[in-house]
Amino acid sequence: MKRISTLLVSAMLALSNSAIATTAAERSDVNLREGVTDISAQVYDLHMLMFWICVVIGVVVFGIMFYSMVMHRKSRGAKPANFHENVKVEVLWTVIPFIILIAMAWPAAQTLMAMEDTTESEVTILVTGSQWKWHYKYQDNPEVEFFSLMATQREQIQNKFEKGENYLLEVDRPLVIPTGKKVRFLITSDDVIHSWWVPDFAVKKDANPGFINEAWTNVNEPGIYRGQCAELCGKDHGFMPVVVIAKEPAEYEAWIKAQELAAIEAKAEEQRLLALNMSMDELMTQGERVYNTACVACHQPNGEGLPPTFPALKGSAIALEKQNIPAHIDYIINGKNNMPAFGKQLTMSEIAAVVTYERNAWGNNTGDMVQAKDVNAFINGK
Amino acid sequence: MSTETATNTQDTHADGQHHDEHHEHHIPTGLSRWLLTTNHKDIGTLYLWFAFIMFLVGGAMAMVIRAELFQPGQQIVNPEFFNQMTTVHGLIMVFGAVMPAFTGLANWLVPMMIGAPDMALPRMNNWSFWILPFAFLILLSSLFMEGGGPGFGWTFYAPLSTQYSNDSTALFVFSVHIMGISSIMGAINVVVTILNMRAPGMTYMKMPLFVWTWLITAFLLIAVMPVLAGAVTMVLTDKYFGTSFFDAAGGGDPVMFQHIFWFFGHPEVYIMILPAFGIISAIVPTFSRKKLFGYASMVYATASIALLSFIVWAHHMFTTGMPVAAEMFFMFATMLISVPTGVKVFNWVATMWRGSLTFEVPMMFAIAFIVLFTIGGLSGLMLAITPVDFQYHDTYFVVAHFHYVLVTGAVFSIMAAVYYWLPKWTGKMFDVTLAKWHFWCSLISVNVLFFPMHFVGLAGMPRRIPDYALQFADFNKWISIGGFAFGLSQLIFLVLIIKACKKQGEPVSDQVWEGAEGLEWEIPSPAPYHTFETPPVVK
Repeated sequence: MKRISTLLVSAMLALSNSAIATTAAERSDVNLREGVTDISAQVYDLHMLMFWICVVIGVVVFGIMFYSMVMHRKSRGAKPANFHENVKVEVLWTVIPFIILIAMAWPAAQTLMAMEDTTESEVTILVTGSQWKWHYKYQDNPEVEFFSLMATQREQIQNKFEKGENYLLEVDRPLVIPTGKKVRFLITSDDVIHSWWVPDFAVKKDANPGFINEAWTNVNEPGIYRGQCAELCGKDHGFMPVVVIAKEPAEYEAWIKAQELAAIEAKAEEQRLLALNMSMDELMTQGERVYNTACVACHQPNGEGLPPTFPALKGSAIALEKQNIPAHIDYIINGKNNMPAFGKQLTMSEIAAVVTYERNAWGNNTGDMVQAKDVNAFINGK
Repeated sequence: MSTETATNTQDTHADGQHHDEHHEHHIPTGLSRWLLTTNHKDIGTLYLWFAFIMFLVGGAMAMVIRAELFQPGQQIVNPEFFNQMTTVHGLIMVFGAVMPAFTGLANWLVPMMIGAPDMALPRMNNWSFWILPFAFLILLSSLFMEGGGPGFGWTFYAPLSTQYSNDSTALFVFSVHIMGISSIMGAINVVVTILNMRAPGMTYMKMPLFVWTWLITAFLLIAVMPVLAGAVTMVLTDKYFGTSFFDAAGGGDPVMFQHIFWFFGHPEVYIMILPAFGIISAIVPTFSRKKLFGYASMVYATASIALLSFIVWAHHMFTTGMPVAAEMFFMFATMLISVPTGVKVFNWVATMWRGSLTFEVPMMFAIAFIVLFTIGGLSGLMLAITPVDFQYHDTYFVVAHFHYVLVTGAVFSIMAAVYYWLPKWTGKMFDVTLAKWHFWCSLISVNVLFFPMHFVGLAGMPRRIPDYALQFADFNKWISIGGFAFGLSQLIFLVLIIKACKKQGEPVSDQVWEGAEGLEWEIPSPAPYHTFETPPVVK
């Protein structure tokens, strides 16, 4: 009896495994989502088809096995049969799976060809991954380009503040795309391999440095869609989310026009700031803000870095010695070794502020002040 | 039940035993016995102990990972160290635990199964084991370097492992080289032994399936370990000697790294599962008291899987941006693998059908293997479907899949093998109560550990992240609890093995298990230090 009960437990365990999975279909936190594009719905249907085929195979095979385990026990007096081969059966269970495979392969091939057809797109966006942020550039509106960084506060990650609803899945500037239009993504990387993934679109494509991959989507419903980098890309791989807002075409047009205008204004503003001198306090305040978005992940809040990969700024020659100011600016604009270039991400006044901050924070009391015009002079001097 | 013994105690071994005693005078004792040994049984024992220690070390790293992921937010380790843990955990489990365990089993069993006195190349055998501890010492010591150990994943994709890695990469490369040399030497030894040292009458189609699967595995190893060596060497020269194999700026291609790596990596997956098929094909007939169903088709299925393993590598890379024709090819080729794999599962079930079943501990593990490995195989079939793989790729669904195949597949088969042959090795029945505790604790906890990973993966949790969004929190807590329980369960196994090595327990007969057949069950228990010095004749 004890044997039978242990057997039943193992049988139930296997069955309950598949039972949980079957109820999973209705709930999005245990199953694939249907998403908001025709493709993602097809992918979901394929997934469910495969799932049910697997469940049926599992139930039949394990069912026969468990039947045998109960009925053909030595303790029930079962005597072993003699057979050990049967050509008919063996051919049958080679051919039948083969036919099932063809039945699976056909719809899969159809969907795959549709997914890989990036022709006739209406909007093209260049997506560039770098450690650990995304950059979006609207190819049809070349003025509009921006970086998208995770917006979750460090204090939430360190369990000092309560975690928000979209913990780790929120960014400062989401990508905006129109609904009902075929949007093509050109995907690449500035450093290591990343992977741009939005589950609701069923789009996941690797961002390979030096090469450009293509993907596309056509979103049916306006909304905010969240994803993450899917390829291990170093220390903060878990902290580079993707957020896409899909807007109605009219709204999108208004948005992109406003962005274009804002981009032009920002350039004018930058020129205006070149003529101004900021005070030490202003520089330090803005510098700290910039440092906490762009630099802190590697060089750490205390400026001590994580040597040897991420060197310390506190007490370093580059941040202390006066003749190193040009080099200091150079590293931020153009990068060095593993350090990415921030020239595209930060404005000249932001670079000036963060250089000043790094030269005067954490006991680096050099008193050096760097202004936007110094950064401009450095760029032009090159 | 498990201690049931065969009644035909054989006296005919008296001669052989006398012979063995004569030899035992020459066995060195203490440390030098183990350092200098060329005996296949000693080397098998060394491999198995090494694999078990590495299993515990790699398991401890998994505990760190699961502790960090117990709840959202940064808990006990920083993201850099977290990446080092996932990387080294993977390397240790693949190269330090599963592969050496199978090599240990091959050392112990292949000569005994084919009626050979030892492995064909005993001194090389000694060396192929003794370089392994140094390989892992190098790898593990890199964790204590300034800047830490390798943190680019066990798959070490370039350029994360080249321009963007720390200096422990050099140590990583050298240790992988040593592991590769060890594997290749072990594989050559297995091939030469099987091809040349079979007893008279032991034709190929009479070899036990464990021997067949290992023969095919050894050929896979010889074919792909040099490819891995090439990949790590290119990483080394890209990082330190200015080459640009994987750097587009110098005319290279980072995706080429993945092609090379997975050309090694996919056959590697079968290297870790084919010997498991051999083990299950030995255990199921014994406890069904019935011949294995479809012996010949098992051999052909194993060979087909091995051949197919060379043409499916890019299914690990569907999102890298391949041409659609290539995606189609690799999708169809991958789906094909399920046919021979299915044949194997059907054969095991047909072997049990109308048998006379008993459920001793090795059989319990074998049945768990069949069910849980098949679950891993079915999720593998789902992953083969390219358009859906775009959603599954690099999520916890993949983590669930390969842990079902490698933990409840490969590792469970190794445990089944140890329980099956341990009495033959020690001459004593192991502690059956402890073994059953080990089985049930492992079975339940391993499913609490890995099954919910399917759910979080489908719901969108990427793998290799040190922190996750709040909707994944509940399942991750359960996964971690399952992980700690599975880790602790293995300590039961440790106690059991130590007791067995101290030769505690009831003496067993030569046949040990009522339905066991094969040459290894005809020699005395415990197996003498030297066996089959005069080859047996197989009818």
